[in-house]
Amino acid sequence: MEPLTPNASIKGSLSIAIGFNAEVKSVCGADGGLHAPSYDIIVHMNESNYDVIVIGAGHAGCEAALASARMGRKTLLVTLNTDRISHMPCNCSIGGPAKGHLAREIDALAGEMGVTTDLTLTHIRFVGTGKGPAIQTLRAHADKTLYPLRMREVVENQENLTLLQGSAEEILSTDAARKRVKGIRLGDGRIFHSKAVVVTTGTFLNGLMHCGEKRTVGGRHGEVAAEGLSHSLADLGIRLGRFKTGTTPRVDKKTINWDRVEPIPSEDCPPFSFIHEKLNPPKPLLPCWYTHTTLETHRIIKENLHLSALYGGRIKGVGPRYCPSIEDKIVRFASKDSHPVFLEQEEWDSDWLYVQGMSTSLPEDVQIAFLHSLPGLENVRMFRAGYAVEYDMAYPDLLHLTLESKLAEGLFLAGQINGTSGYEEAGAQGLVAGVNAALLAGGEEPVTFNRKDSYTGVMIDDLVTKGVQDPYRMLTSRAEYRLSLRHDNADMRLTPLAHKLGLASEERWSIFTLKRDAIESEMDRLANTFLTPRDNAILRGAGTDPVGTKVSLREILRRPDINYQWIRDHFPADAPIPRDVADQVEIQTKYEGYIDRQKAQIQDFSKMESILIPQEMEYKSIRTISMEGREQLTRVKPISIGQASRIPGVTPADLQMLLIWMKRRSCDAGEEEALDS
Amino acid sequence: MLHLHDTIVAIATSPGEGGIGVIRISGAKAIDIADRLFVSKGKLLRERPSHTLHYGRIVSPKSNEVLDDAVASLFRSPHSYTKEDVVELSCHGGPVTLSLVLNLCIEEGARMAEPGEFTMRAFLNGGMDLAQAEAVCDQIRARTVASQRAAVRQREGELSKRVERLRSDLVGVLASIEVTLDFSEDVGDLDYPETERRIAELIRETERLISMGGAGRLLREGVRIAIAGRPNVGKSSLMNALLRQDRSIVTPLPGTTRDVIEETINLKGIPASIVDTAGLRETRDIVESIGVDRARDTLKNSELVILLADAVTGWSEEENGILSSLSGVNVIPVLNKMDMVSEEERDRCLIRLREATSQSLSLAISALNGDGVEELEDAIYLMITGGVIALAESALITNSRHIQALQFAVDALRRGLETTRRRLPPDFISIDLRAALDEAGKITGETVTEDIIHRIFQDFCVGK
Repeated sequence: MEPLTPNASIKGSLSIAIGFNAEVKSVCGADGGLHAPSYDIIVHMNESNYDVIVIGAGHAGCEAALASARMGRKTLLVTLNTDRISHMPCNCSIGGPAKGHLAREIDALAGEMGVTTDLTLTHIRFVGTGKGPAIQTLRAHADKTLYPLRMREVVENQENLTLLQGSAEEILSTDAARKRVKGIRLGDGRIFHSKAVVVTTGTFLNGLMHCGEKRTVGGRHGEVAAEGLSHSLADLGIRLGRFKTGTTPRVDKKTINWDRVEPIPSEDCPPFSFIHEKLNPPKPLLPCWYTHTTLETHRIIKENLHLSALYGGRIKGVGPRYCPSIEDKIVRFASKDSHPVFLEQEEWDSDWLYVQGMSTSLPEDVQIAFLHSLPGLENVRMFRAGYAVEYDMAYPDLLHLTLESKLAEGLFLAGQINGTSGYEEAGAQGLVAGVNAALLAGGEEPVTFNRKDSYTGVMIDDLVTKGVQDPYRMLTSRAEYRLSLRHDNADMRLTPLAHKLGLASEERWSIFTLKRDAIESEMDRLANTFLTPRDNAILRGAGTDPVGTKVSLREILRRPDINYQWIRDHFPADAPIPRDVADQVEIQTKYEGYIDRQKAQIQDFSKMESILIPQEMEYKSIRTISMEGREQLTRVKPISIGQASRIPGVTPADLQMLLIWMKRRSCDAGEEEALDS
Repeated sequence: MLHLHDTIVAIATSPGEGGIGVIRISGAKAIDIADRLFVSKGKLLRERPSHTLHYGRIVSPKSNEVLDDAVASLFRSPHSYTKEDVVELSCHGGPVTLSLVLNLCIEEGARMAEPGEFTMRAFLNGGMDLAQAEAVCDQIRARTVASQRAAVRQREGELSKRVERLRSDLVGVLASIEVTLDFSEDVGDLDYPETERRIAELIRETERLISMGGAGRLLREGVRIAIAGRPNVGKSSLMNALLRQDRSIVTPLPGTTRDVIEETINLKGIPASIVDTAGLRETRDIVESIGVDRARDTLKNSELVILLADAVTGWSEEENGILSSLSGVNVIPVLNKMDMVSEEERDRCLIRLREATSQSLSLAISALNGDGVEELEDAIYLMITGGVIALAESALITNSRHIQALQFAVDALRRGLETTRRRLPPDFISIDLRAALDEAGKITGETVTEDIIHRIFQDFCVGK
């Protein structure tokens, strides 16, 4: 055992374990508030055995560690810097198109992202309104300081969870042909044993930051990079690639010309978390401000393109297609003479503004020049220049749908290391990896998520089945069955699973069951309450057609000119119907036809998903499948015909052959009736 | 049970006294088996390159008896119909010799092929896609030249090409909708009028494919043409004239044809079944009245009815009565027995007929001596094809599974169009377009469903 040499500061009553385990008693609930309860610390010396070890305490790592601990596994969370837990190095926003759906799913699975956002947000709006209920969701800005602080409190107060500052350098594994992880070794030589290891290192593996021609080694601004771990992963046979991402300049709020920017106020939105009745920010919500690029901005950027690290090819890594730098946008959408720019306040107690839409890696002086070309920013002071970071990622097609590596049993990868971008993508993966690491450590059956039940399932299936060529961002168009995967029904889809896994607190479960029952009873009431010609005056008052015979409220609500509010006003239920229940009733009633048609499609989909492929399948021997098809199938080892159908390079003909081959095999085994020829 | 690993053999030419009969052997042992019974000068077949012809003799390995002269065609895997090693022995002898050679092959280790097994192997070994395999079945089943041509076109992948183009257009529209869901900031909002126009165009194209399918089905399954009329107007004589053989019982006694007689003719390439019905009249004869009832059912279920009248007695109220009972059915009124009336009488009768029926098309024939029968055939052909002589050229789809998938696709597209017209949010449009895409994919096999494969196995055809 090493001598106890603290290498991290201990703040106030918060404790960080350094080479020993700090177990916390009388913890606050999984969904607790900002105020940490009092607790005692029991210190076990020489403790180095855990069920699950999580490397990295970003958005993926925290959700993974919390899930594992809440499932009763003894969990160790190792991070380079305990002051940067769930840090938001880029935009401090949660939600947005498809990302809001993921944030809601994390919450439905009793993760922390939604709860923490509701308690620390500075601004919130609806996005995707007018594109259909499947697209609509929330986008919030969280306070850059309060969000990580609250998350750290939750982590530190979580039973079964130990937080440790240190640099994980090596994954320890058995040397057998079938590798199995045993634990980790830190940079200082300490060794911790576990049954499962979850790697969530974000952009820190061989991180290299670029600002124009200036390069700094590090995972993000002001932080060191992790190098040893990359080698260790490569030694296990994990294929690493190089991706890049960028962030925007930060500017001084005091130097904005307010007459030339347009304020966008926060909107009256429901909370992210299903367990909250309403948003609970510590201070009044802030607006954000709209401005835009000008022809002058575009000229400056075009003239300096050759200096851009993101664009100029100085970075070898592949950049995100869907969160492009301003350099990329100007080149790709050359016909547009203006792009929107939003100024977002990073926290209440500072003047730092995030310039959303201007991700860049041009040199500092160029950044200052183009910022000055934006209306309202003529005299702006730049606090910090935008920069790009390139980092090692591990190709996710070498993962199972549980996010366990195919190369080493017990090794899980989650978050940006899998080639994704965004906090929500990371958080959702973290949860899935954490849950499965916990199940594996407990010797239980794994849990997978599929495309018909969640965006989380869509994302993981995409990553594992199709692989990634550039940083993966969640999009609503990636989810085929999105009308059933709305952000508003994430709890109906996933909370029962969270309950089964032991993730959801009793409080969450009772909130869920109350809501579920309320929706059901209100749907019933609408179907069984009838309007008659006596109600025609009220109907005419709403500008809708009168009724000739008795017609149910459900039928009335289906009319385009009637909304639920009108029903609430004129034909209310005995007990008041909460907003989230009313939303469910309205969407399920109004769009029933579309929802039902999509359900039929889901049935077809499920049929193919349910034809399972034996995992020991020797694709090489099926010579009727194309060479490329055989290679891809061998690589991915799909669990079902449905998954196989989504593997690039596997043709429909290949699938038919595979189906036929499987049928023949079961015929030979006498399991099924013989095929007619 | 299905075995792909053994070697199969069959007589590949149709039975009968043909000039040449072909024995086809396919499978891993095909060349070895052929080498044991086929003797040619020089090398063995296994030492020869693929796609070569060799003259030699068929010799029984046991008795050393020479059975026949033959030419062996050698196709090595995967460059053969079944993608396996294939040897085809073209023999000169008649059916007896062929079956002797066949027996030799079986003695040497080949298995008698199941019906359709060569084609199934071609499909299973990746030699053809689903639409092509189905077309082979249709081609084998096809009864006439025109339908065979459609099957050949489908087999060559024309259908797959058209549907693939349809799918790619559909993907284009879907993409233009979905891009606005995530990137409206960059690309702007959905252009509804343009989307409406594009979906309408997709509907038109799919309907075009379906209408070709209708023609295609017509080609494969044929049309049913019924001959109707009062007793003794010469229905059976007309049937015989169309069949050009004596088939129906022709007597001058009314009510001779007491049941429905059906025969297939080849009408300019379209298979047509001609139905001779009992004379339609009120009758007390129980047997005859059953015949009359059946006749009425038959008429209702026919694509076309030739309503025959007697030129001697002329077009009467009774004919008008039959005509009105056939509303909704295509009818050609025809005057028979024109050999028995004067030209004057005939013209007068035709004019009366046209006035009474307001039919522009009407004919006078003599079923007995054949006058006007060819014109009648022309008229029938025109009615079937709706005047489109190019029918045989445009027919693409001969399979009802395909037509059904296209019909579902059109239904989904119409719902998508309606959603667009109502200016509902773009996401709702995408739901039905995606359904249409899946349906179209069922034809090309892009949408893999297990029941397609199951059906193919069940449906597999006889022959080949």
